[in-house]
Amino acid sequence: MRVALMVTCINDAMFPDAGKAVVRLLHRLGVDVEFPAAQTCCGQPMVNTGYLDEAVPLLRTFVDAFEGYDAVVAPSGSCAGSVRHQHAAVARRSGDPGLVAAAERISPTVYELSEFLVDVLGVEDVGAFFPHTVTYHPTCHSLRMLGVGDRPTRLLRAVHGLRLLDLPAADQCCGFGGTFAVKNADTSVAMGADKARHVRETGAEVLVAGDSSCLMHIGGLLSRQRSGVRVMHLAEVLAATEAAA
Amino acid sequence: MSATFVGMPAFPVAAREALANSQQRRNLAHATSTIRAKRAAVVAEVDDWEQLRLAGAAIKDNTLLHLDEQLLRLEESLTARGATVHWARDAAEACAVVAEVARGHGVDEVVKVKSMATVEIGLNDALAAEGIAAWETDLAELIVQLGDDLPSHILVPAIHRNRAEIREIFLRHMAEAGRPAPADLTDEPARLAEAARLHLREKFLRAKVAVSGANFAVADSGTLVVVESEGNGRMCLTLPEVLVSVVGIEKVVPTWADLDVFLQLLPRSSTGERMNPYTSTWAGVTPGDGPQEVHVVLLDNGRTRALADEVGRQALRCIRCSACLNVCPVYERTGGHAYGSVYPGPIGAILNPLLKGVGVDAQTDSLPYASSLCGACFEACPVRIDIPSVLVDLRAQVVDAHRPSAKPEALAMRAAAAAFGSGARLGALERLSGLAGRLLGSRGRTAPGGRRLLGRVPGPGAAWTDTRDLPRPPAESFRAWWSRTGGRDE
Ligand code: SF4
Repeated sequence: MRVALMVTCINDAMFPDAGKAVVRLLHRLGVDVEFPAAQTCCGQPMVNTGYLDEAVPLLRTFVDAFEGYDAVVAPSGSCAGSVRHQHAAVARRSGDPGLVAAAERISPTVYELSEFLVDVLGVEDVGAFFPHTVTYHPTCHSLRMLGVGDRPTRLLRAVHGLRLLDLPAADQCCGFGGTFAVKNADTSVAMGADKARHVRETGAEVLVAGDSSCLMHIGGLLSRQRSGVRVMHLAEVLAATEAAA
Repeated sequence: MSATFVGMPAFPVAAREALANSQQRRNLAHATSTIRAKRAAVVAEVDDWEQLRLAGAAIKDNTLLHLDEQLLRLEESLTARGATVHWARDAAEACAVVAEVARGHGVDEVVKVKSMATVEIGLNDALAAEGIAAWETDLAELIVQLGDDLPSHILVPAIHRNRAEIREIFLRHMAEAGRPAPADLTDEPARLAEAARLHLREKFLRAKVAVSGANFAVADSGTLVVVESEGNGRMCLTLPEVLVSVVGIEKVVPTWADLDVFLQLLPRSSTGERMNPYTSTWAGVTPGDGPQEVHVVLLDNGRTRALADEVGRQALRCIRCSACLNVCPVYERTGGHAYGSVYPGPIGAILNPLLKGVGVDAQTDSLPYASSLCGACFEACPVRIDIPSVLVDLRAQVVDAHRPSAKPEALAMRAAAAAFGSGARLGALERLSGLAGRLLGSRGRTAPGGRRLLGRVPGPGAAWTDTRDLPRPPAESFRAWWSRTGGRDE
């Protein structure tokens, strides 16, 4: 099985540790993951702001990078969701039947990390060790767009040493929302402040989620509040081992 | 009444004001979380809820596909049963019909059943201009009307008010509109309801003309349906001699049997009840029973424009249950007024641009962006309107309407698209940002976990850093790490 890592632009440029964690985790599970260096961004920031024309060349880059793999793994519910639910519309916009067909071929091969681990590899205990109290925020796109369900929490519960605490109102949006976070900054922060409050209420040391973008937002608030709560990508927790801890 | 949505600022500005209203934030958080829990509980009782949603969506889609035929059938059935049918292209035409009927009967007041369509067309103001008072009889609409306020919710227009505020409004303003509130009024719900009942009862008994909307209009029988909780609607529908109903053309359903699906979906989604307390149905005129002169105004007012929108036309399935408002995290915090329309919340964010068209005014163009695209609305919608997808499509329409644009946002998007043009170009930019991060040295704070933070960012970035910390760009990007190590640095 040829597996490609779609690291996502935000992890590539801002949160490389999340990408490295996916690589370590997959290596440990015996997957020889490749990183197609042609990849850049799935185009979601443009699509969700209304700039479809600007997203078309990004889709071409995406197709060039990921054509031909059996599976593409993305440590992001949002980016995997964009590929599976929005690339068709971007491709149609291009008016290029070749691009439409390519997008149709690749979309179903793209998995969010927890989907890939549970559905494709068939593992729940990935052999991780993380002796900390953790709470988990299910990001909206993984929850509602992809429907990953309890896959991430099943993976977390199987981590040795980890204590998972329930997050109140977990299914409520954190308020990130891509460019929403700056176009409607006041509303975004009002939502994020409530999310941060719920995280603090749990008393957890670490907030875990499957999207670095949402974590950047909630983590930015938690850090500004001097809460002492750390945010980590799901991949980083699953990659942690006794030796590394 | 002088309160108006006309001239409201764009959503981000209006939202900023609303977010600073702590009383309203508290009222809304309490009200929406209560109704959310009620809805979730009664929806969970229905085993075939998903099938009902699919059926509701399919009936509406099918009707919209043959809307022309269904409307003509409705007109025929209504006429055969003694109603007079009027067609209104827009708000002005619809208001003119109602005013004409009222004038024809020489009245200076009408009583109103709660209706979104009549608020949409600004009927009360139009009638006031003709010297005709339009009295709202739905309790929440009455609170809004007496307070010279604007509705902030589809179902509960005064959701932004609490009991203490309502008492205040009744004490101050009921006398101006008829029977005053008792001087010893308290904020107990029973006392407030009693004051409203006494005040309204006078109006019900006096009024000759009533105005309503309709939740559904059945094409093959000519039946109109109004669903409500208080019974005040039924007073208006049965006591006066003349009844005018303003009905959006998307309210038509083909047969009586189709109501079965919607009367299951609507109450559970809206009030979180298994069944609504009052369901009134009437078809034309029944001699000796109820209004003896019945008019129906079939209203377009942008609906055919929405119907022409391939992605957006699903918004016309909407049965105005308000479930999407109640689950919306944006609505919960900003309230309804920030949307600048009688249709607030997620449905308002798509319906207003669809009815009015984009690229015309900044307020309407701001609405598709008033969402984090979290998808809670789609999940709750009883007729499966994929609101997030419609929002995204409308955003593209807004951007396209302003192309070519030199706005900072458009420039930023083009610059980002260029940066993402190839892996090599992105890698070069990441090396620059990593260098910039390193140049900042050891200054600044550190986030839990050890990431160094960026300070305050100038320009548009300040919208982020004013309220949220942001990590510094890492010294080495992921792609640089991969090309250095091949992914194996263990
Ligand atoms: S869009 Fe759906 S959830 Fe919202 S009011 Fe209409 S029917 Fe109800």
